[in-house]
Amino acid sequence: MTASSQQQSSPQQPSPQQPAPQRPAGPPTRALPARELLLFGGLAIVVLAVFATMGPAYSTRMLVEASCYAILALGLTIQWGYAGQFNAGIMGFVALGGFSATFFSIPVNPAFWASDLPGRLGWVLLAMVAVTAIVFGISRLDRIGVPRLLRTILAVVAGLISYLVLISWLRSVTGDIESQVEFIGGLGLPVWLGWIVGGALAGGVGYFIGHICLGLRSDYLVIATLGIAEIIKAFLKNSDWLTRGTATISPLPWPVPDPGEVGFLTARALYLSVTVVMIAVIFFLLHRAYHAPWGRMIRAIRDNEVSAAAMGKSINRRRQEIFVFGCILMGIGGAALTSFNGLFDPQGYLPLNHTFLVLVMVILGGPGNNLGTLFGAVLVYVIWIMSGPLALSLMHAVTALGAHWFDWQPGNLDSRALQARVFVIGLLILLVLRFAPRGLIPEKVKHHD
Amino acid sequence: MNELIYFFNYVVVAGSVTGSIYAIGAVGVTLIYSILRFAHFAHADMMTLGTLIVLLLTMAFPHAGDALGLPTAIVMLPIAMAVTSLIAVGIDRAFYQPLRSHGVKPIVMVIASLGVTLMLQGLIRLFSGTGAQSLYVDARKEIFRIDLPGVTRPIILTEPQIILFIVTIVAVVGLHLFLTRARLGKAMRAMSDNPDLARASGINTRLIITLTWVIAGSLATIAGTLLSLDVAFKPDLSFFLLLPIFAAAIVGGVGHPYGAIAGGFLVGFAETLAVFNWSVLLRPIRDSLPTWLELPNNLALVGTEYKIVVPFFILVAVLIWRPTGIFKGKVI
Repeated sequence: MTASSQQQSSPQQPSPQQPAPQRPAGPPTRALPARELLLFGGLAIVVLAVFATMGPAYSTRMLVEASCYAILALGLTIQWGYAGQFNAGIMGFVALGGFSATFFSIPVNPAFWASDLPGRLGWVLLAMVAVTAIVFGISRLDRIGVPRLLRTILAVVAGLISYLVLISWLRSVTGDIESQVEFIGGLGLPVWLGWIVGGALAGGVGYFIGHICLGLRSDYLVIATLGIAEIIKAFLKNSDWLTRGTATISPLPWPVPDPGEVGFLTARALYLSVTVVMIAVIFFLLHRAYHAPWGRMIRAIRDNEVSAAAMGKSINRRRQEIFVFGCILMGIGGAALTSFNGLFDPQGYLPLNHTFLVLVMVILGGPGNNLGTLFGAVLVYVIWIMSGPLALSLMHAVTALGAHWFDWQPGNLDSRALQARVFVIGLLILLVLRFAPRGLIPEKVKHHD
Repeated sequence: MNELIYFFNYVVVAGSVTGSIYAIGAVGVTLIYSILRFAHFAHADMMTLGTLIVLLLTMAFPHAGDALGLPTAIVMLPIAMAVTSLIAVGIDRAFYQPLRSHGVKPIVMVIASLGVTLMLQGLIRLFSGTGAQSLYVDARKEIFRIDLPGVTRPIILTEPQIILFIVTIVAVVGLHLFLTRARLGKAMRAMSDNPDLARASGINTRLIITLTWVIAGSLATIAGTLLSLDVAFKPDLSFFLLLPIFAAAIVGGVGHPYGAIAGGFLVGFAETLAVFNWSVLLRPIRDSLPTWLELPNNLALVGTEYKIVVPFFILVAVLIWRPTGIFKGKVI
């Protein structure tokens, strides 16, 4: 059951002939080993090559996006790498973060606040809270002697009726918002507040999902996260009153001066410095946490749940903790990414771009190794960005040949060419799992003899 | 009466259609789960793949079905089932088998199946484009209207729906007979109960695994084709199927084929009932209601755009209250 390659290596180490006392107890090596230096050097050369060929403005944009993805990847690496929980709904948490960043930062819609609509919307929300409390109270009626069956029936009936009443009320209010003032607008607050709240929202949803699934088999978490991501996307896409739905919102303010004020390159470089500082802080905290007793406990739970439970560790609570931490990072990363793109489009959140790409970054770079995750994030993102034009030109060449030989005339070439990237990402996942299950920079498992 | 007919057309028929599709899909998922012990996320894309093969065959021979009086797609179904099964076995040999022999955790197999999902999706869209296409190439769906005495609204059934019900019953009965009577079927159940004991008592587990993929691939092709006959072939079919199918398999108890069938119908009907506009049924008594109670025009529990919430809600409810599923599945 627990026979992944990470554990397979550990029982071989404490063999009797190994000179155990020579190994220091601290971090295994002070200087960076050759592998990391080589890989990061190669990555630097690749990035410099992109700078040389595509121009600094484009390349800086790529780096900013890669750094936002790196935050997402760090979120997944603590879930999957540290704790062995697999989250297949990163897209949903990214979208939540993006929504929060948008909602907090875009200007206030005066038409909405001048009408009677905020009051009505507030009443509906208040009624929702009240009804939830009442239904919850009814569901506890058995504490005061009501038979359980009667309590269940009462709770279900009350819940259903109040749900129907509330939903029709909400529909009428939101319909009026859409027809009178288009949408409720934003709050006009600083962007970073939206990023923090985005992280908190994502963490809240993560808590909900984790609470349900973490005590069960790990497969269930995958299904549930896949589902919640699609639901979040459906909600953001269809709530025109809140997000303008498919009409999209742009432009989004930046936490640094806009390109209009200081020019593209400077603005993007400033943005990059913000995200890099965020990554540095997160990286430092994660590094401390990983080597702290808390990190050891998390790894113990991952590697041998039964013995960790026997040592008195509360498995489910620790799992819950780490899942929520990961989701918070994903929310913040998603908020930063959306703000940078300057456009909130719920349909632009795709499982491929925002879930599976992050997955590839983590498993290719090295799950559980923060440095490896950063490396994977930048490398995969550079390849991903560069593969778009490459796939297009390749597709054009292939269809030219196809038309020449078989008279093959496929329509909408560009979208088909982009589908080829889907195939490649899938193949990459399988190849990495098969041939490099621990990633390019594997997690260093410490051994104490 | 008209309202009841409306209810029949839009809930009973539609619910049975989606229920059958989910049931056949969930049986495949649950079989793979009980033999190989991992959640196979590429199952919905295998459905799409099977349907794509049917579509390509139908486009190649659009009039093959005329001689039998059936839609061409149904005539091509057995061929497509064979091809899809072959592909499924090939995928297993190429991607899952090596991981299995490394003895990885089930969750790694799940990630591998997500990789397979992406590969299949890429391939399918590369070949078919992204638009919807009807499986009735050069032919027309027959629609049967059954008039009942005393009502103006007829009961409406379409040809693919009738075929769907027949094929579902045949598939379920066939699977039941196979699992309970055939030697290989019994071996399969033995292996799902206790793989080590099955191997020790001389069951060829490799053969059983191959057989599982053949059955899963065939069932996936059937489900996908029947669904696409009823609506149309879309490359992102799997996207709408994945969550309901897994919800159905979990509701029925994972590793429990009959439970999966029940779960499929449960999820299918729940979806249909949730998006059904109940105020239609209340229309005849609207005039006799007191004036303070004004019925809104839309009494659907969720809008069609939030249909995906229904299987998710069922999934969450089952995971909270009964993680083994209604039929006591093997694993939680």
